[in-house]
Amino acid sequence: MKSREVILENLRRSLHRQPRDGAEGAVEARLLSPQRNIVPQRGQLEGEELLELFIRQATTVDATLARVSSDDEVPEAVADYLKQSNLPPRIRIAPHPDLQALPWSAKAPLLQVAEGRADPEDLVSVTPAFAGVAETGTLVLHSGAETPTTLNFLPETHVVILRASQVVGAYEEVWDLLRATYPQGLPRSVNMITGPSRTADIEQRLELGAHGPRRLHIVLIEDERSEHGQQSPQ
Amino acid sequence: MQPTSHAFKENARRALDDSLLQKAMGHVRTNFIQKRAEAAARLPEFDQLRDQAKAIKDHTLAHLDLYLERYEAKVLQQGGKVHWCATAEEARQTIISICRSLGARKVTKGKSMISEEIALNDCLEAAGIEPIETDLGEYIIQLRKEPPSHIIAPAVHVNREQVEADFRRLHQELPPERPLAEASQLVHEARQVLRQRFLEADVGITGANFLIAETGSSVIVTNEGNGDLTQTLPRAHIVIASLDKVVPTLEDCATILRVLARSATGQEFSSYTTFSTGPRRPEDPDGPEEYHVVLIDNGRSAMLGTEFQDMLRCIRCGACMNHCPVYHAVGGHSYGWVYPGPMGAVLTPSLIGIEEAGHLPNASTFCGRCEAVCPMRIPLPKMMRHWREREFEQHQAPPKARFAIEAWAFFAKRPRLYRWATGLAVGILGRAGRRQGRFSSLPLAGGWTAHRELPAPAGRSFQSLWAERQGKEGRHP
Repeated sequence: MKSREVILENLRRSLHRQPRDGAEGAVEARLLSPQRNIVPQRGQLEGEELLELFIRQATTVDATLARVSSDDEVPEAVADYLKQSNLPPRIRIAPHPDLQALPWSAKAPLLQVAEGRADPEDLVSVTPAFAGVAETGTLVLHSGAETPTTLNFLPETHVVILRASQVVGAYEEVWDLLRATYPQGLPRSVNMITGPSRTADIEQRLELGAHGPRRLHIVLIEDERSEHGQQSPQ
Repeated sequence: MQPTSHAFKENARRALDDSLLQKAMGHVRTNFIQKRAEAAARLPEFDQLRDQAKAIKDHTLAHLDLYLERYEAKVLQQGGKVHWCATAEEARQTIISICRSLGARKVTKGKSMISEEIALNDCLEAAGIEPIETDLGEYIIQLRKEPPSHIIAPAVHVNREQVEADFRRLHQELPPERPLAEASQLVHEARQVLRQRFLEADVGITGANFLIAETGSSVIVTNEGNGDLTQTLPRAHIVIASLDKVVPTLEDCATILRVLARSATGQEFSSYTTFSTGPRRPEDPDGPEEYHVVLIDNGRSAMLGTEFQDMLRCIRCGACMNHCPVYHAVGGHSYGWVYPGPMGAVLTPSLIGIEEAGHLPNASTFCGRCEAVCPMRIPLPKMMRHWREREFEQHQAPPKARFAIEAWAFFAKRPRLYRWATGLAVGILGRAGRRQGRFSSLPLAGGWTAHRELPAPAGRSFQSLWAERQGKEGRHP
């Protein structure tokens, strides 16, 4: 504990901190009711425009995207994507009720579906998302019993199932959703994912698939527009 | 790492003659500048966000003691541990003892500048623990046994052919005839080699771009995904961070994130921005069982409340060096320690002393581009001037330079004498150089004419031309 006290004492001395100088109150207030700073205009779009921005931003950073109109179409969309990408029909899905409930065997009978955390041999993972953020085409995922983090990073191909109603404009809306869903504090890991893994460490030339997924594919379920923003995430 | 900042001039001379380095630095000049400009132009609120980002950090620094206490309380509440370390040595010993408590033999690492600052890898190796850098650039320089030359692109000084040669030399287990000329092949090979290392590691060490007081989270911003594999797969995650990384809330973090990637790489957002809060929860199927934060002062608390406090706003984006003509010319290694470019010229003397690093604040043309692009609006040229003043006051400037400055001051304080002397010098030089318009050698100006010609003056001083013009316009000068 010694260094802790020395460091804090140095900081207080440098800042000329006086006991009861009111600074505590300002800090408490800021932490208890976080205020938004400037939110870019583009993060304040709504409806179809918002969705279009999300799609444009995500695909600009090399994510691919397929639009389906209901949950029932997801298994086929995943199977089609694997076929187009010359990938074997084997997937590891997150043990999440929304994914477990999909009609995998009825709609994509050739697909082998396993669930759980990622195994180093897994080539393709399929996970739900907590939200999508239009301003930068970012997916937000988090850890939990039903959503292992390894699925987001170990396999070469990551397929994310996202509902249109989960797409928000700005990061600040995600913070509000997280606080409402997890009042006890953030999940262990909150992952904001914007396109597949990349590096420019060799001669500033962009290469995809450095260590994380080489491909990021989003299956967007265009559920009821009227429910936009109302439906609970995941 | 043993600093060579005192030898900046020799380092720079060598760098200027290094054709491989000069080739590699060409990529910095073209890519980073254009990409940042395009990203800034795409976001109309960019400059307003910079103002707010600056204000957030100023507020945080003014309450740093209080925010750090709140941050610590949140980390503890989430089941993590916080280790306060006053010095680099204390931080190294803390990290070693955490590794030993876990019986760790192999440690994977995400890219971290504070790790370079405290020279962690040498110390881990000496303790029998193998550190494995996993960011591609860091991996390349670890193979080459070199320090980073840029804070976000550590291997920016290395050409593709050199990486190929290094991989062939050190990846002996792979077939020697494999094709490896393309960047994509090199990236793929590093992925294959490092994948196994990720799975074997006992401990993962990452830096932090931010610590959030509201939630007790540490945040890393990466593009490769190596940081996430580093912190997710092993039994323990150690975060190393300096005191100045704390911000109050998620909202404050979002504002700074909006300027970070745009300033650094010109991306709208980096591929992976990850918020880590405590160790694996009982219900989690994966993630580290232990979560440690090693919180390092190493000179920061002494900068607070001084003319160098603004430097603590730095978010390590690298924009200042990407836009610096001196950095472009001499590369990062010339600066002789961990932090190169304009931010290094200000920070390095604070951390290792003006005696060692006195040349760095002088290695500037004062063009001001670093300040113009800094997302946190850090007045870098002004702070370099502060260091120059200190160097002069402490009588560390070399005698020749002192003599020249004092001689100039003598004339500058006597305007008539000054006008007469400059008029005389300009007249003589103007006549002598009239035919060629330039000098290729000149007494007392060898430092200049060794590398370029000196343009001949017009024959009359600016002041006399100005006085004449004002006179013509009927005004008194």
